[in-house]
Amino acid sequence: MAELSDTLLLVAVVTYVAAMLGYLVEYAFGTRGAVARVAARPARELVTVGAPAGPPPELEVVSPVQPGAGPAPSAGRTGVAGAIGVGLTLVGLAVHIGVLVTRGMAAGRVPWGNMYEYVVTVTAVFALGWVVLLATRPALRPLGLFVTGAQALLLGFAGLVLTTPAAPLVPALQSIWLKIHVSAAAASSGLLLLAFVPAALFLIRTGYDDRKRPSGDGLPSRTPIPFPYGFGRGLPAAETLERLAFRLHAFAFPIWTLAIICGAIWAESAWGRYWGWDPKETWSFISWVAYAAYLHARATPSVKRTTATWFAVAAFGTMLINLYVINFVAVGLHSYAGVD
Amino acid sequence: MGRGGAVSSARAFWRWLTSMRTALVLLLVLAIAAVPGSVWPQRAVSREAVDQYYVDHPALAPVLDRLWAFDVFASPWFSAVYLLLFISLVGCLVPRLRQHALNLIKPPPDAPARLERLPHSVRHEVGEDPTAAAETVRLALRTRRWRTAVRPHADGTVTVAAEKGYVKETGNLLFHFALLALLVGVAWGSWFGWHGNRLVVAGDEFCNTLQQYDEYGLGPRTTPDGLPPFCVTVQDFHAEFLDTGQPAQYVADLSYVERVGDSPRDWTLQVNDPLRLDGANVYLLGHGYAPVLRYTDRYGEVFTTTVPFLPVDGMLTSEGVAKFPYANVPPGETSAEVPAQLGLTGVYQPTVNPDPSIAASVFPAERDPALTLTAWQGDLGLGSGAPQSVYALDSRQVQLGRLENVGTRTLRPGESWTLPDGSTVEFLDTTPWVTLTVRHDPGEPIVLFGAGAVLVGLMVSLSGKRRRVWARVAPAEGGGSLITLGGLARTEYPGFADEFAQLAERTIGPGAAAVKLVDSDPTGEPPDREPAGMTERGR
Repeated sequence: MAELSDTLLLVAVVTYVAAMLGYLVEYAFGTRGAVARVAARPARELVTVGAPAGPPPELEVVSPVQPGAGPAPSAGRTGVAGAIGVGLTLVGLAVHIGVLVTRGMAAGRVPWGNMYEYVVTVTAVFALGWVVLLATRPALRPLGLFVTGAQALLLGFAGLVLTTPAAPLVPALQSIWLKIHVSAAAASSGLLLLAFVPAALFLIRTGYDDRKRPSGDGLPSRTPIPFPYGFGRGLPAAETLERLAFRLHAFAFPIWTLAIICGAIWAESAWGRYWGWDPKETWSFISWVAYAAYLHARATPSVKRTTATWFAVAAFGTMLINLYVINFVAVGLHSYAGVD
Repeated sequence: MGRGGAVSSARAFWRWLTSMRTALVLLLVLAIAAVPGSVWPQRAVSREAVDQYYVDHPALAPVLDRLWAFDVFASPWFSAVYLLLFISLVGCLVPRLRQHALNLIKPPPDAPARLERLPHSVRHEVGEDPTAAAETVRLALRTRRWRTAVRPHADGTVTVAAEKGYVKETGNLLFHFALLALLVGVAWGSWFGWHGNRLVVAGDEFCNTLQQYDEYGLGPRTTPDGLPPFCVTVQDFHAEFLDTGQPAQYVADLSYVERVGDSPRDWTLQVNDPLRLDGANVYLLGHGYAPVLRYTDRYGEVFTTTVPFLPVDGMLTSEGVAKFPYANVPPGETSAEVPAQLGLTGVYQPTVNPDPSIAASVFPAERDPALTLTAWQGDLGLGSGAPQSVYALDSRQVQLGRLENVGTRTLRPGESWTLPDGSTVEFLDTTPWVTLTVRHDPGEPIVLFGAGAVLVGLMVSLSGKRRRVWARVAPAEGGGSLITLGGLARTEYPGFADEFAQLAERTIGPGAAAVKLVDSDPTGEPPDREPAGMTERGR
């Protein structure tokens, strides 16, 4: 069962890479910016208002465009590539869940007892969140390139570097709180990772928009758009990305808070104190404060949306440090990575 | 500058401190200020790691120490940041609380002049006269739990103002006040709490007095005689390991009495299962082996000692020292003319490494135990009065030639070793030991309650949606009335368009279904955004 799990991981990584290629074909060869325009432009329908007493005729009536109700992205041959990307993402997710199930069966416990398993769980939440998002808002499909790219990278790194044999838990982890604290941490990390994608792409998109703005002669500027802003071309509108980023963060942040609280309750019963500034605890605190700063900045009208989003990007950086740097460098009580 | 200048600059400072921008900067500074706490070892986490840092970086360590780098979370600069943040928070929250209370009492504000300028609006004619039509609208909103206010105007129009989603601000305030409760709980726990750590060899008993702890911390508002008078005996300890050496289970069998005179009760102590007593909890933190050594000195005097060895790796290779300061004293005398005290430094391997040149155990359980001892004779230096570690020999005595190395030998349990002077060292057996932490934190219930309230407040505040709806009911030319309904989502709420459409149908009647929505804002962007955190002042 453990070997099957390892094989499935390889299959999942390959599938995600294939899905990424599908999205890439659509992204690179699709109609330039068509998706972005479709997503950004409200479909204006003028409707006569039927009140006889005559409301002012300048009442222009427009039906709101729901992000999810927009037409599917580019049609035609490149659209097929994108659809294949989506299909492969679904296959990848199914295999990915298979990795976790077989791993849990091999170890005889929940499959998040060391760093390898944790990363596989976080990325599964990430992929699941992406699929749900895509089902409700098909216009977001161009983001798939970045989602599956990140997915393949994280999962591949887990398979190559972090992998550890399936084994029962060390005594400190034998607790009901493993199921609650770690699953909440993994769920929120997966969602914050998903939220990071539109946040980072919003910054790229605004950077692209700024550089594309017409210069003095009224013509679009001819200078090439520097990396990475060139990516902004095929993306949904900046505003769409920004609002999506905020909503995902607002959804994930309470789960992250719950994860920290459950961790504190567990720490009390395992180590005798609910908070001890162990390196992992310290960085969870730093991430929490950073995300709180983002949510406050987002809610403050005088803070620009780009500035606020930089907070979110920085906050995600602290999450990465907590997972990849603290687990390897710092000596603390949370030393369950199991990586030699 | 006169008194007025001082007051105005104090006001300016207060405005600056309670502004949202300052709060944001303080939040960022707080996050950054916590980073050194994970870069350098912290005394509160591991005193040994700080001592080791002093050894590794003798020049840098004192400088860092002066900057509180080893006590970041108790440092004045870290405290300054979070105290400023909390003052700023209070400065924001109090006016907001007052405002929110007023909002809850006061009726929603009257309709703006031109409702069709709002993000959502519809207009429809009904047969009823304005007062009756307004009442219909009010009732429809009221049954959907909107707060409403009906205002008749001199020109014959009647306006209905309605607001919903006050719970968002309630959640917001709850979240921030719960953070204050959390701080209070932490402070309470550190004032009135205490803790002690103690290494106990299986078979030994200890009682809850400060003298019995190896290391302890007492809150400033706690007195040593206030400690609950329980005693704990560690009967036995078992550890189970997987074949890889990974621990699978730790179990310590305890018996305890809570009060003198009680009959002892048993408790199975495990890592996630502390012994919870009245006024303190006992936690299992660590374990190891204590070799039992018997020394028969050159005069036939017998000394037996059980020495806890400290593990140095995951396979429980352990190091320790046995000291026999009263050995080799001629019978009838109180001290030897030439001191021949014995010190033994040892490395214990529960499963000895097949390569004898490597002193590192290959398995943490005692499959093939071996104890490698180095014997030192002479003056242990205990008479100097300077405190000595029980886990090391005094290296100065070795350097000064007062302690002489008399040989090294690896012993199996039961084996003995005759030293050059004819005295013998026997390795009898080992006994397990455990480290226990005893802790009392009376702030815990407050912190737990605060954390729960933080979470509830957060969820309510992030999911709540504040929105306003107004109806202006004007008398129509041919009798009846013309109703204009306008709506405004005051916070991020993409679903408001749908809600408004439903509301229009229900309040104005089925006829409104035919009337298309006015929606100048297809993205659902609230034009009048409300800060989710603090009010923005001092811009």
